[in-house]
Amino acid sequence: MEIAELQKVASQVRRDIVRQVHACQSGHPGGSLGCTDLLVGLYFDQMTLKSDESGNKIFDMNGTGEDLFFLSNGHISPVFYSVLARSGYFPVAELATFRKLNSRLQGHPTTHEHLEGIRIASGSLGQGMSVAIGAAQAKKLNGDNSLVFVLMGDGEQNEGQVWEAAMYAPHHKVDNLVAVIDYNGQQIDGPTEKVMNNRDLGAKYEAFGWKVITMNGNDMADVVAVLNQARELSGNGQPIMILMTTEMGAGVDFMMGSHKWHGVAPNNEQLEAALAQLPETLGDY
Amino acid sequence: MKKYTFTEKKDTRSGFGAGMQVLGQKNPNVVALCADLIGSLKLDAFIKENPERFFQTGIAEANMIGIAAGLTIGGKIPFATTFANFGTGRVYDQIRQSVAYSNKNVKIACSHAGLTLGEDGATHQILEDLGLMKMLPGMTVINPCDYNQTKAATIAVAEFEGPVYLRFGRPVIPVFTDPDQEFIIGKAVMMNEGTDVSIFATGHLVWEAIQAGEILAEQGINAEIINIHTIKPLDSEAILASVKKTGCAVSAEEHQMNGGLGDSIAQLLIQEHYVPLEYVAVNDSFGESGTPAQLMEKYGLNAASIVEKALKAIARKNA
Repeated sequence: MEIAELQKVASQVRRDIVRQVHACQSGHPGGSLGCTDLLVGLYFDQMTLKSDESGNKIFDMNGTGEDLFFLSNGHISPVFYSVLARSGYFPVAELATFRKLNSRLQGHPTTHEHLEGIRIASGSLGQGMSVAIGAAQAKKLNGDNSLVFVLMGDGEQNEGQVWEAAMYAPHHKVDNLVAVIDYNGQQIDGPTEKVMNNRDLGAKYEAFGWKVITMNGNDMADVVAVLNQARELSGNGQPIMILMTTEMGAGVDFMMGSHKWHGVAPNNEQLEAALAQLPETLGDY
Repeated sequence: MKKYTFTEKKDTRSGFGAGMQVLGQKNPNVVALCADLIGSLKLDAFIKENPERFFQTGIAEANMIGIAAGLTIGGKIPFATTFANFGTGRVYDQIRQSVAYSNKNVKIACSHAGLTLGEDGATHQILEDLGLMKMLPGMTVINPCDYNQTKAATIAVAEFEGPVYLRFGRPVIPVFTDPDQEFIIGKAVMMNEGTDVSIFATGHLVWEAIQAGEILAEQGINAEIINIHTIKPLDSEAILASVKKTGCAVSAEEHQMNGGLGDSIAQLLIQEHYVPLEYVAVNDSFGESGTPAQLMEKYGLNAASIVEKALKAIARKNA
C-alpha cells in the first residue's frame, strides 16, 4: 500500500482510539496513538495474512503459513482492536463495545472471548516475547517460513521475564522473530529514566546476541522501510530487535510529550479537539 | 481387603519419563521444555530420540511457560517441566495469563512435589501447588500414585485438549497399579470396596491408604479406598456414592490442608451430602530437611495417620 494510503488508515485508527476510550471513559490512548503507525504498517502493508475473496480476514489460532503479531503491552488494546477491525477480522461497529459489559473487546486483549485476531491474553507485562518465541519455534518445526512479530513497551523492559526471553532467543537462533520496543521514554509513574532507567537498550540487546535496528515509529515511510529491512535481516541466525522511537499520544497535540495520557480518557471537549486533528478517512463506526 | 502386591519400587518421575518416550514415538506434535533439570525429570530418552523437539530454557521458568504457550500456536503439545515449586508458585501469573486464561494446550509437568523431595528442605518442598493450580479456571489437575499410573497419565494428558498440571515426585515407591491401565482423566479408581469409612487418597498417599486399609481390616473395619488421581475435575459421582454407603470419610494428600484435595471433597460434601471428614495433610506448615520417610512420619502423612483419622471419622459418625 502507498505511504499516503497507510497514513489515511492511521488517521482513522487514531480516531477510533480516542472514540473507544472516550465512550467508556477508560483505557490507554497515549501508547495506542504512539504505536498506530507500526500496527497499520504491519497489518495493511507488511504482514502476509489469510483473507477470503471479499477481503475479510480468515482467522485460525495456529496461523500456519501467515505472519503473526503478538501485543505484549496489552494495555494499548484500542489500537490493536481498531487495526484488527479495520483490516477485516471483525466488524468495525464492534469497537463501540470496547471495555463494556459482555464485550469481546476486553480492557486487555484476550482469547477468552474468541475475538478474531487475538492469539494470547496480554496485560500482565513481560510475557508476550516468550509467547512469540514459542510461536516462532513452532513455525520452524512446521517448516513455515513466515515471521512472528511482537511489540513491547519500554517500561515493560523492567520485567525480568523479558530478559529471560532476551537471553533465550539468540541462544536458540530464533531468527524468524522480529521484536519491537515502543521507545517512548514514558511509563505510568513518569519518564522511564526517572522511574527505572533502561539506559542503552540497544547495547543490551546487542550484547545478548540480537540484531538491533532503529525506527522512527511515527514516520510511516520509515516504519515501512525498517519493517522491510527487518524481513531482509531475518533468517540469518539472529532474532531482530527494532528500537522504535515514538511520541506518546502521537497525532493529538495535547496528548503528546507527557506520560499524563497513558491511561486517561478524554472528556467531550477534548474528544472534539482530538477528532478535529484527525481526518475521518474510512468512516467512523 | 483386596490384596495389593509389588515386585519393584520406582519413582513416579520415571513413569513420566517413560510416558514421554512413548509420546515421542507416537505423537509428532509433542514437544518438551525443561529449565535445567533434564536428569531430574527423566527426559533423557525423549531428548535422545527427539532432539529437535526439546527446548532447553535454562533456569528461566517464566520464559519457559510463555514459550510453551506460544508453541501451542502452531499445533504443538508442549510439556513444560521442572520441579513443582518452580513450575507453579514461581510462575503463577505466567500460567494464569498465558496458559489458563488464554486456554492454551500446555501440559505443566512437575516433579519433586511435596515433602518427599526430602533433604533439600522447605524451599523446594511445595505443598501448595495443587491448590494454586486447581483455583485457575479451566485447569485440569492430576496427581498419579505410582510409576505405572504416572506413565499412563502422561500419555493421556497429551490426548486431552486443554491446560493440565501433572504432578509427580522423587522418591521410589511401590509399583502396584496395572502397567496396561487405561487412564481416564477425572475418573476416580476404586482400589478397595468397603462399607465403614471412605478413604480418598491421591499421589504418594494411595499406597499408604492401602496399607492403612490392611491395618483397619485387622481391626474388623472395612475401609473403602478410592484413588483420586484427578483433583480437578473432581469425580463427584464416585465420592458421593462412596460416602452415601460409608457415612464418613478421610482425605489423604501430600499437600497443605488449605486448598488441597480434602478441601475439594469438603466443598462437595457440604453442598451435596454431609458426612464427617478427616484430613490427612500438612497443617499450615512448611516442611524441612530429612529423609522422605522421616518427613512423612513427622508430618503425619503415612498409613498410621490414615488409620488414626479413619477411626476418628468413624467415631464421629457413630457419635
